Amino acid sequence: MPDGFSAGDTAFVFICAALVMLMTPGLAFFYGGMVRVKSTLNMLVMSFISLAIVSVLWVLYGYTLAFGPDAGAGLIGNLDFLGMRGIGLNDITGTIPVTAFSAFQLMFAIITPALISGAIADRAKFAAWGLFVALWVTIVYFPVAHWVFFFDGGNGGWLGDRNGVIDFAGGTAVHINAGVAGLALALVLGKRVGFKKDPMRPHSLPLVMLGSGLLWFGWFGFNAGSALAANGVAGMAFMNTQVATAAAVLGWLAYEKIRHGAFTTLGAASGAVAGLVAITPACGSVSLLGAIAIGIIAGAACAAAISLKYRFGFDDSLDVVGVHAVGGAIGSLLIGFFATGHVGQTAQGLFYGGGFDQLGKQAMGVGVVAVYSFVLSWLLGQAINKTIGFRVSEDVEVAGIDQAEHAESAYDFSAVGASLARAASPSAPVTVPAKKTEVDA
Amino acid sequence: MKLITAVIKPHRLDDVKTALQAFGVHGLTVTEASGYGRQRGHTEVYRGAEYTVDLVPKVRIEILVEDDDADDLIDVLVKAARTGKIGDGKVWSVPVETAVRVRTGERGPDAL
Repeated sequence: MPDGFSAGDTAFVFICAALVMLMTPGLAFFYGGMVRVKSTLNMLVMSFISLAIVSVLWVLYGYTLAFGPDAGAGLIGNLDFLGMRGIGLNDITGTIPVTAFSAFQLMFAIITPALISGAIADRAKFAAWGLFVALWVTIVYFPVAHWVFFFDGGNGGWLGDRNGVIDFAGGTAVHINAGVAGLALALVLGKRVGFKKDPMRPHSLPLVMLGSGLLWFGWFGFNAGSALAANGVAGMAFMNTQVATAAAVLGWLAYEKIRHGAFTTLGAASGAVAGLVAITPACGSVSLLGAIAIGIIAGAACAAAISLKYRFGFDDSLDVVGVHAVGGAIGSLLIGFFATGHVGQTAQGLFYGGGFDQLGKQAMGVGVVAVYSFVLSWLLGQAINKTIGFRVSEDVEVAGIDQAEHAESAYDFSAVGASLARAASPSAPVTVPAKKTEVDA
Repeated sequence: MKLITAVIKPHRLDDVKTALQAFGVHGLTVTEASGYGRQRGHTEVYRGAEYTVDLVPKVRIEILVEDDDADDLIDVLVKAARTGKIGDGKVWSVPVETAVRVRTGERGPDAL
């Protein structure tokens, strides 16, 4: 390995990449528990397919569009690394191999479109969704990742490297990007049959808790790993992630108790995710006390924001807008207040004597990514809807999308009933494999 | 003969069975049921969206008894099922024309 290579940093980044990978199945369970029984599998596999599609595209052209040398004005990478050609085993970026960096960034590219799926739960054709994922990462995620995450000494991405927008681990590139795309798709597809009339309560809160726990666990890789080194900044990002998330759980529950009279399990899980989202951009630039403040604000604000869909009449099924777009925007903007100037970055926020400068930059980052993501996601959604159709028929939706789209169902209630009946009945026939003994012998 | 039907809270079932056995009841039928009376179920909240769950779980008990025992049995049952809180349920009786024990073909009170 060349000079500057660090085995410790490399090991750390590989572990973080694996942690971030686990977030996508975690997200699948988080979302899967929130839908009704009849569309559980569809919800799970909408996240899972992102692992498959984006991984392949990443190698073909995703990595080079996001992290190839800048093709001009910080807007997109060039095609030098098409098919990952030209990347040697001994090439390093910072102190880690390019292969490790690429693996880590791939996991971000996977989970971002998966996040969008919650906005269109229960009603999207699976093939249309797969096509959307492929096109969306190509024209929305890869460029935005370049804008925000590609650093090349002032010649990198135009938001992060050239204009000083701070997004340590993806508040704009991942969460606002996905949240706003979710809003666009929810508008393209329209409301679920029975929205605001039929009860659409979560079918399994234990699955939701499992999913949010996996997300929280994996998020340490997401945030601490974004230091790309096993150092003090990673340590701060790790701790900031923990305390902001904890504070957001408390913030969400407090809001809920005051507003609705109960501390709910779904609220605790949702508060955790809201806190994780909000601290993501900020975890490399704020103090632990700042992280607690960001968490509490994000928890309460996101709890309030999820009622937006009822007020404005759009059906963002699982609150991707309320949690990811709003949480991401809160975290990104609060950097403008809470950045201390001596955690990982030198920019200071309003509360630390930095004036309005950083806040202005953060607002620009939020606004630019939100507008870009909304417009392109909406156009993409419309294009798919007008060609192959994005939404299943009303009959399929009412009957449950799992059987129509996947020829499966999540839970076999009939078999449970049948086996109970067999167990209870003494006259039930017992089948023994006829030649079992001979085979074993 | 009378058919006593009781719809009660599920967690009172064990106490009711014990009380009925002590009273001398030989057999009963228990069915899982759901419904509501004056309490009209409860409200659940999911991310601020409130859902009214108006059918609450109950158990339905059916017992065949001779006419003379009916009132006493109802008293025993009601005493065992009562918690004093709303949603305790209801008990009623109706006359029965005949009853047959399937195994032996016995009819009327002999079949009980």
